Amino acid sequence: MTASLIGARIERKEDYRFLTGAGMYTDDVALPGQAYAAFVRSPHAHARIKKIALDQAKKSPAVLAVYTGADLAAAKVGGLPCGWLITDVNGQPMKEPPYPPLAQGKVRHVGERVAVVIAESLDQARDAAELVEVDYEVLPAVVDPAKAKGAPAIHEAAPDNACYVWALGDKAAVDSAFAKAAHVTKLDFVNNRLIPNAIEPRAANATYSRAEAGYTLYVASQNPHVERLLMTAFVLGLPENKVRVVAPDVGGGFGSKIYLYPEDVVVTWAAKQLNRAVKWTAERTESFVSDAHGRDHVTTAELALDRDGKFLAMRVRTTANLGAYLSTFASCIPTILYATLLAGQYTTPLIYCEVTAVFTNTTPVDAYRGAGRPEATYVVERLVETAAREMKLDPAGIRRKNFIRQFPYQTPVALCYDTGNYEATLDAVMKMADVSGFKQRKEESLRKGKLRGLGYACYIEACGIAPSNVAGSLGARAGLFEAGEIRVHPTGTVTVFTGSHSHGQGHETTFAQVVADRLGLPMESVDIVHGDTSKVLFGMGTYGSRSIAVGGTAIVKALDKIIAKGRKIAAHLLEAAEADIEYDRGVFKVAGTDKHKTFGEVAFAAYVPHNYPLDKLEPGLNENAFYDPANFTFPAGSYVCEVEVDRDTGATQIVAFTAVDDFGKIINPMIVEGQVHGGLAQGIGQALTEGCRYDSTGQLVTGSFSDYAIPRAADVPLFKLDTRETPCTHNPLGVKGCGEAGAIGAPAAVMNAITDALGVKDIPMPATAQTVWRSMHKAA
Amino acid sequence: MSVKVSMKVNGKPVSADLEARTLLVTLIREQLRLTGTHVGCDTAQCGACTVLMNGKAIKSCSIVAMQAEGADILTIEGVAKPDGTLHPMQAAFKENHGLQCGFCTPGMVMNALDFAKSHPDPTEEEVRDSLEGNLCRCTGYHNIVKSIMAGARAMAGKP
Repeated sequence: MTASLIGARIERKEDYRFLTGAGMYTDDVALPGQAYAAFVRSPHAHARIKKIALDQAKKSPAVLAVYTGADLAAAKVGGLPCGWLITDVNGQPMKEPPYPPLAQGKVRHVGERVAVVIAESLDQARDAAELVEVDYEVLPAVVDPAKAKGAPAIHEAAPDNACYVWALGDKAAVDSAFAKAAHVTKLDFVNNRLIPNAIEPRAANATYSRAEAGYTLYVASQNPHVERLLMTAFVLGLPENKVRVVAPDVGGGFGSKIYLYPEDVVVTWAAKQLNRAVKWTAERTESFVSDAHGRDHVTTAELALDRDGKFLAMRVRTTANLGAYLSTFASCIPTILYATLLAGQYTTPLIYCEVTAVFTNTTPVDAYRGAGRPEATYVVERLVETAAREMKLDPAGIRRKNFIRQFPYQTPVALCYDTGNYEATLDAVMKMADVSGFKQRKEESLRKGKLRGLGYACYIEACGIAPSNVAGSLGARAGLFEAGEIRVHPTGTVTVFTGSHSHGQGHETTFAQVVADRLGLPMESVDIVHGDTSKVLFGMGTYGSRSIAVGGTAIVKALDKIIAKGRKIAAHLLEAAEADIEYDRGVFKVAGTDKHKTFGEVAFAAYVPHNYPLDKLEPGLNENAFYDPANFTFPAGSYVCEVEVDRDTGATQIVAFTAVDDFGKIINPMIVEGQVHGGLAQGIGQALTEGCRYDSTGQLVTGSFSDYAIPRAADVPLFKLDTRETPCTHNPLGVKGCGEAGAIGAPAAVMNAITDALGVKDIPMPATAQTVWRSMHKAA
Repeated sequence: MSVKVSMKVNGKPVSADLEARTLLVTLIREQLRLTGTHVGCDTAQCGACTVLMNGKAIKSCSIVAMQAEGADILTIEGVAKPDGTLHPMQAAFKENHGLQCGFCTPGMVMNALDFAKSHPDPTEEEVRDSLEGNLCRCTGYHNIVKSIMAGARAMAGKP
């Protein structure tokens, strides 16, 4: 018997093609006769379109067509839908203003698409786009969510610019607990707006076949089936069977490629009008102004404690910026994926959270790595750390005093945690980070003229939104299951089809480990196919760290069916009762004997059914499964960050970052570590370097990599990682998911460390050298 | 205005008639269909388009093809051995999980090949400095740094 592949550090199957330039990303796809699209985008944050003059553009060399919102309206192309209906505090549905793919009458953010020019070459399309003359009447803009309510209306459907006011929890009970509390800690802060910036820009290449009356769209997407569903059912009104969506190699997503975007709709529609393939690839500047952004909360948060530091209640008021339009899942991020996480790892018995979601003249905001959960963790962990400092309690001790220790645990904010062991990760991280030696390190730093600080963050995450019927009752307009198919070939090799999508996560390796291990096959005998609606039966795609917990489980369910059928075939071949057949990693054996058949022999018999129970069993070995989880999974962990702040410049260096996570069972530790590294870097980016800025007229000031600082190699340290393992109780692999953890836990850990170093209560993110320097000089 | 340019790409002579404004990366990707060289930005910041020109790492999005007249260009497609065996730097990225989505990877490898020539046993700090012009959003650089340190040693014949 071979060693188990579960838990093995296996090098990735996908790496060879990426390392040799053989990856196939959307912009690498060249369709025969493809034309090129260039979008004319609004230079204004808020303006009425008085007139669009297209004559010069249409006369430009090699231009095939120029379309505006009027053309799409005439063709009855619909607006982009929102996938989650939030019901407000008065029982009313959220405001859902139209989101036309090309502007109709008004533009509402810089970068909004006003027209598209399609030409024989990209340069010709871009040259002609320069010749489209748009006459605008500029209107006053609002960018600050805190000022949105009194500002001129952006949409007729939302006169006060509010999309909804939503609340969770028992306000009266929370208020009463605060009135009796021995201590109240209060913080006002902004969770800074972030721009995802996957290094592969968004791209789409659509073609139409008159012979098949069908479309094919190649698109940089995290969920091609969802893209197809939204586009066919809601926007273009096409038959779903006539649209193939392919998301080939995708160069990072982080949430920003979940959504249906106007450009995807426009090139697909135009492909039929022109009977040509139409290709569009974003320039980086277009990505900055048109990819959905993340975060952007203005929050007042309070924690009520008794005199011993026991948490009594939490009260949170947040204004969430949704941007100019409702992106695909925008509405559920600052509500369902935010307020429900405010218990964190603690037994806080009473929690009330009120969220006002507003429209502003900025790029739409939606899920970005963590999506609501980093914002919630920031609230909880900044409050807890600040409360400990105010009450002169040990920050680790106050956490231990309030940890949830009995599972399952029903929180006051709807979620029920199935399992966890928060003490174990905190113990481990404190040892690894040598917290007891911190005092000495702080003194050493001081001798070098540096202020040293240490900060904790103990986060909880909820992955794999589920089950579908509960999500539906909360407003989800889609299912949240996943699909998988196992196709066994006659010679015993296997192709696995998954509705999950890999855009860096390494599914081709991790999922193959699960299948190869169960079937007793070498890794080379198992291939994973994803990202093509014409190959994969269905899929909800990859976001919210759901792939292994939901997509992986669908594969396991299909494997169960394969083995169940294989057992019947083996029983026939071995002339034994089915009940006597034992199965273990590729071998069907008659119990108590050495009589056996290998998986390969059974597969061959299924496809060459000469000696086969054809009267009772269909030939072939191919099974699929749809899996709808019973609950979320709840990864958790404890992080410790140590920083040094230069007293002269304010420059902050992360000198150590230690993370101990509990992701349940781990299939490939090497890949999991990579996911944590990347998440930590994005979380550190939010805390230290990434400051999205709009000026008061709504111009994006940070619209390039020169102005918006995603972390560079010198901005982050080597990370120290470890894991603890409490398996998830409601999926067969015991897995929880690991994709977002780092981005969820890191910002609070970093900011707790910086405020510790400076001895201040709070400082805004990103804590750039200038921000830190100003804080030091204000404090002095 | 059309111009004729000639150069060697991955050891093979190529020539093309191009508009004068054509970038080197456009020649490589669109005319030669060598799509391993990527475009991640339009401001010469991200480094996904890095290739070697006469042995030196350059950003192929920031020069026009004419500037490479007569040059020897190496792209990611020309790095492995003709039989497909990975170059030691590529192998180091695979062994150390130095890539995730793979989009920045060709630029990272090309930059590392140039860097390793002058740094046979680099420190972590030297590697991080060398990555100033190459952005990655997936890996947090942790395993890229380890890959380049290991790859540079392997290229120098060190264990």
